[in-house]
Amino acid sequence: MTLSPSDTDPAATSEMPSEPAPTPATPIGTTSNRRRQIGSVVLPPFLLGLGILGLWYAISYLVLAERRRFLLRPPHQVIEKGFLDTSTFSEILSGLVSSARVALIGLAIAIVLGMTIAVIMSQTKLAERAIFPYMVTLQAIPILAIVPLISFWFGTGQTSRVVVCVIIALFPIIVNTLFGLQSAERGAHDLFTLHHASRLTRLRKLMFPAALPAIFAGLRISAGLSVIGAVVGDFFFGRGDVGIGQLLRRYANRLQGEELLAAVIMTSALGVCVFWFFGWLQNRAVGKWYDPSSSGT
Amino acid sequence: MTSTSADAASSLRPSAGSLAFNEISMVFPDGTEAIDRVSFSVERGEFVTVVGPSGCGKSTLLKIASGLLEATAGTVEVDRERLGYVFQDATLLAWRTVQRNVELLAELHGFDAAERGRLATEAIQTVGLAGFENHYPRALSGGMKMRASLARTLTLKPPVFLFDEPFGAVDEITREHLNEETQRLFVAEGFAGLFITHSISEAVYMSSRVLVMSARPGRIVAEFEVPFDYPRPRDLRFEPEFARLSGEISHALRGGHS
Repeated sequence: MTLSPSDTDPAATSEMPSEPAPTPATPIGTTSNRRRQIGSVVLPPFLLGLGILGLWYAISYLVLAERRRFLLRPPHQVIEKGFLDTSTFSEILSGLVSSARVALIGLAIAIVLGMTIAVIMSQTKLAERAIFPYMVTLQAIPILAIVPLISFWFGTGQTSRVVVCVIIALFPIIVNTLFGLQSAERGAHDLFTLHHASRLTRLRKLMFPAALPAIFAGLRISAGLSVIGAVVGDFFFGRGDVGIGQLLRRYANRLQGEELLAAVIMTSALGVCVFWFFGWLQNRAVGKWYDPSSSGT
Repeated sequence: MTSTSADAASSLRPSAGSLAFNEISMVFPDGTEAIDRVSFSVERGEFVTVVGPSGCGKSTLLKIASGLLEATAGTVEVDRERLGYVFQDATLLAWRTVQRNVELLAELHGFDAAERGRLATEAIQTVGLAGFENHYPRALSGGMKMRASLARTLTLKPPVFLFDEPFGAVDEITREHLNEETQRLFVAEGFAGLFITHSISEAVYMSSRVLVMSARPGRIVAEFEVPFDYPRPRDLRFEPEFARLSGEISHALRGGHS
């Protein structure tokens, strides 16, 4: 039996999402509108940026006396010696690559470990109760407090840096994955129960997809933390590849203000890129269906 | 004992497409008495509605029928392998398109992809959602979500249909349309329907029989035959006979006094 189109309820048809929204017919108006919009988005931070640059110059030249100017070199000198000097800049870049690799390995391990632990916790209440207090404790330990312990156990090479990243990135992944796995609606669970879905089917077709938005949110946090972990680890563990943390320390010790500031800027850029990348990934993965404004359907 | 098709002795096996409650009582672990010795049956080609005040255990009755809950006493006779259950919420999976949502049950029952697709396409046609196959639930109105949910249940062609206040969350006009369509489905498929609602006019419009349940603990306190022939016209709601029957049911709901 088929219902004719006239039978479909008016409330639904009036909300047909496929209908394009009416667009204004004056292209000139929209262009200038858009330009105004872009202006209002770009202009304020741009102006503030200029202000900060001005302040920077003012401190370099007006506040600091000649012999104390090494504390804050003016921006053009930072660019000149930190970015345009090829040997310095490639040193910074290779340090960044080394630290980024450490962060990535640590993050990958944290993802596998964290999601496994979260899945186990989601499957038995007992495991959740047993593990949770330790996870909270792990999270509460200041990472600097266990750095000596890590170097005591794993030495001061690459392994220790990865361990720092794993420890620092693990908690958000576990918590977000677990929260996500438990976010599937009661009704949907009943539906799977009614149709005799196995534990694995329920996990694969219901709990895991429902968890994806939360998992990606956790991933984004953990990725940022993992970069921090890599820099901190590198700062303290001197052996192996020279990462950005070691460079930061070296530049600071040698009073190379320009190089130090360039390295700081590049490290921040790495953090921003990682955050941006995982935001993009999240949008790619769940943006099509995830509606943050409503938890259920 | 509770009989399902898998373990039921042949003598207890219900006739295809029927549902029977025998002296069902339900006491929750916290001591709440939800249902008290309820007995009734729904035959194939019958549409029975249970009306009652909220919290009287109407929905619990469906959960017991489907096996989601175990009754503390009494037995249920029904073939649970092919039971249709339409929930209060559409319970669509947000990450699946309409098509893939409607395919879900066939997927859980191990049908192959071609068969799933065919069943889903047919069900989507039936509920009037053709053209929306590739939409995600977030792009659908409340009424359309309920249609998709209905289509999902239809794919298994269940001989027994349970409806748990399915249209409570949609607006009045949409609800009337969905009522009509559900009735059409009932006339076409001739399943045994058990419908839960607290709307008297919905109950009278849809049903061949209306059972009135009392407040907690839920008991069946009155039973009304609805004499109108199917399919019923939309304007039946405005007939004096319809109003009279609604009045009687309303009276029974309030406990026969006041």
